[in-house]
Amino acid sequence: MLLEVRGLGKAFGGLHAVRDVDFDVPEGRVTAIIGPNGAGKSTLFNLLAGFYRPTAGTVTFDGKNITGMQPHQTVRAGIARTFQTTHLFEGASVLDNVRAACVVRSSSHALDAVLHTPRHRRDEKRSLDTSMSELEFVGVAHLRDEIASTLPQEAQKRISIAQALATEPRLLLLDEPAAGTNDEETEAFGSLIREIVARGVTVCLVEHKMSMVMNLADQIVVLDHGQRIAVGTPDDIRSNPLVIEAYLGADADTTGVTT
Amino acid sequence: MTLFIQQLINGLALGGIYCLAAIGLTLVFGVLGFPNLAHGALFMVGGYVTYTLLVDVGLPYVVAIVCAALILAVIGVVFERLIFHPLRHAPHTHHMIATVGVMFFLISLVQEIWGTGFLRMESPFDGRMTVAGAQISTQRIIIVITAMVVLIALTLFLKRSVHGQSIEAIEQDRTGAALVGINANVVSMMTFAVSFALVAISAGLVAPIQLLSPGMGESLSLIVFAIIILGGLGSLPGAIIGGFFIAMAEVMASTYISVGAGQAAVFIVLMAVLAIKPTGIFGTVVQR
Amino acid sequence: MTTLLRPRLLGVLLIAIAFLVAPMLVSGQPYLLRIVTTAAIYAIAAYGLNIILGLTGQLSLAHGAFFGVGAYIVGLATTDHDWSFWTAFGVAILATTVLGYASGLIALRTQGAYFAIFTMALGFLIFIIIIRWESVTHAHSGVSGIKLPESIGPLDFSDPVVLYYLVILFLAGAAYMTHAILHSNAGRSLVAIRTSEDLAKSIGVNVGVSKQLAYTASAGFAGLAGGLFATLNGFIGADSASIDLTFQFLLFLLIGGMGTVMGPVVGSVLVAFLFELLQGLESYRFIVLGPIIVLLVIFAPRGIVGYLNDFLTSRRSRRASPPPSGGPDGRNGGADGRSGSGPDQGTAPDRPHATSAAAATSEGGL
Repeated sequence: MLLEVRGLGKAFGGLHAVRDVDFDVPEGRVTAIIGPNGAGKSTLFNLLAGFYRPTAGTVTFDGKNITGMQPHQTVRAGIARTFQTTHLFEGASVLDNVRAACVVRSSSHALDAVLHTPRHRRDEKRSLDTSMSELEFVGVAHLRDEIASTLPQEAQKRISIAQALATEPRLLLLDEPAAGTNDEETEAFGSLIREIVARGVTVCLVEHKMSMVMNLADQIVVLDHGQRIAVGTPDDIRSNPLVIEAYLGADADTTGVTT
Repeated sequence: MTLFIQQLINGLALGGIYCLAAIGLTLVFGVLGFPNLAHGALFMVGGYVTYTLLVDVGLPYVVAIVCAALILAVIGVVFERLIFHPLRHAPHTHHMIATVGVMFFLISLVQEIWGTGFLRMESPFDGRMTVAGAQISTQRIIIVITAMVVLIALTLFLKRSVHGQSIEAIEQDRTGAALVGINANVVSMMTFAVSFALVAISAGLVAPIQLLSPGMGESLSLIVFAIIILGGLGSLPGAIIGGFFIAMAEVMASTYISVGAGQAAVFIVLMAVLAIKPTGIFGTVVQR
Repeated sequence: MTTLLRPRLLGVLLIAIAFLVAPMLVSGQPYLLRIVTTAAIYAIAAYGLNIILGLTGQLSLAHGAFFGVGAYIVGLATTDHDWSFWTAFGVAILATTVLGYASGLIALRTQGAYFAIFTMALGFLIFIIIIRWESVTHAHSGVSGIKLPESIGPLDFSDPVVLYYLVILFLAGAAYMTHAILHSNAGRSLVAIRTSEDLAKSIGVNVGVSKQLAYTASAGFAGLAGGLFATLNGFIGADSASIDLTFQFLLFLLIGGMGTVMGPVVGSVLVAFLFELLQGLESYRFIVLGPIIVLLVIFAPRGIVGYLNDFLTSRRSRRASPPPSGGPDGRNGGADGRSGSGPDQGTAPDRPHATSAAAATSEGGL
């Protein structure tokens, strides 16, 4: 297992946003985390990426205990993330946005830059190459010199994925990658995610669009009120009465989940 | 014991002044989210305006303070419109830099109009009273009473009036306040007006027991920042308790240790609170 | 690529040449040379502020105090303790760097407004120590008779022109370091922090360490400038550690352009000459400058160099690719930032205010 989450919990004051959550993320697969609004999905991502410190439980990544690590440490360990509301370095060019994300894989520091050491030059070249190839991969290489904030939402979403990929992750956490896109674009993001997985990067995503989740996911984790209520394949989840209840209340029509 | 009672009253009077000034600062922070670094300079302007109204215009003391408060309130609205409204989408660093510009401007303006020297403002209440054996100047009693009255009036304004409630609503939840249709523009103008009026009242009250000088704002500034940081930026009860706490610490340290100790006490409190618990004693904790 | 870089290169060359020939231009007018030298020293300090404020986005208000510490160390060591200038100067740089590092450990536990207030308090504290600790600092009487740098080989620093070139050497070093850092991973980390701390973390920037280094370096630059200031003037008083000085550096940076390579030097020299022009109105100076700071921050927060960079960048991207077609989503781009600009944003119609702090990031910017 690439990621093992055991008994993970986060309490804000007395309020448990996430409570006693267990699940595994198998390598090379797509794991989706779903649940009604306020189920604790974003909090869970923030815990995995180190933005929040868990109040209980452990997170193991590739056999290493990463519980309570700072974000820069989890990124270094190989976990990258995107945000629900896309944010980029607004005034910077597309290329610079992605290039900034190469920092974590570089070994040169300020002194190298000042002295213009070979290490610095090597890193600069590598950063540029990585950035360009990631931009090509997500399909926005032609926009490299544009100012990121002036681009349409869809392009910005792609750029933020390129940014996350530029940190060379083994696990990519995508927070609602298809939010605010139309059906056609959602489809395109779906195939982009498949390509990411084909490259050998494991994907874990939070998403509301059930069509996308059911199509993509190999495994689904369902959260409600901060707790894991189900885990399984899309087919398992579709027919799980607990999930149906959480989404629609009891006695509801099962087809509601699949739409 | 007599000395203690005397210093206690002094501390209360100073605390009243600090509270009024600190509440003004904390209101602006709570509603707009940045510290007004020119707050001390406005305190000084309030003092000089009161002086002119009292000495040059010849208004009675209380009327002079009320008029000064009104004038400063208008200045507050003008500043909000001309400076902070255009900046409302800019990063907070820019707001702080703008307040620095305002501070520069006000200090030199005051030096230009009233000169760089010290001015003395006579209190119309220059008598003394005997409280439990201690001699207390009437002005200090007046300060304590006025501060109480203003604090109560302010609380009523914030809790009871529509405008006041909208200030509190925005302080607590900006998005929510916008959703229920509170006009953020009106609220920020109001906040500046109230903040500047309060600082003018506190300056008008303190002027008779201290001298007026262009530098008077600078020393107050730091004290007031210490108070609102101690109490938590944006917290009203914090500003009140912090105000009296710092004033007592300052008065008692200078009485029983040394004048320098009083000054140092403020710094030490400020830096210690920032280092240990930056959100202040009463500040809401943003948990990560 | 090289052809596109040319206007920037040309700008830098012009500024460099102007500095190199300045002593010839003002020969026979030692007073003017002194103004240029002082401006260059202030520019070095402004480069320090540029690292922490311009690149990293943290408003440090202790900068003037660090300058003062550097000045006082050189001042007191070369007079009361009879050290050589060079030893004192080295110690001054080292000491302010260490002071920056140590205070940063505490100051950087705070963020945003708290950081500004903390550093303001720190600045006041240092200032008060200087005016109260009379037995060591001579308080209000100041320090006089500060040594000039001892000559190195044929270089005799008692000649104002030679001293000028020494200052320019350090200034060029500061500008080069800013350039090198800005175009490196380290610089991109700092700019990332300025734009969004959360986003910076999510791409693996160690926010704490980066800020700490930026703050430490900024203090070191201020100390270096302070040391040079002391030796140039021969006399220093407590006003060389005051918070007013911090605000002056802020003004230089704002006028020149925060987060740019040439901004600090352009701003410092321009303001130095502005001060000279306004000298007749000594006391009105800040009545004029206060509103200038406010107007700049509202209408032109990018500063002169920032706008020049923008102009060149927009020309480049116009040439490189056709403007994005205004598709249906085109409006989403930066809608919330844009609404802020409004009609009163006459000077920057093409760039919303909200993104202005970030906009100087563009590669190749000066």
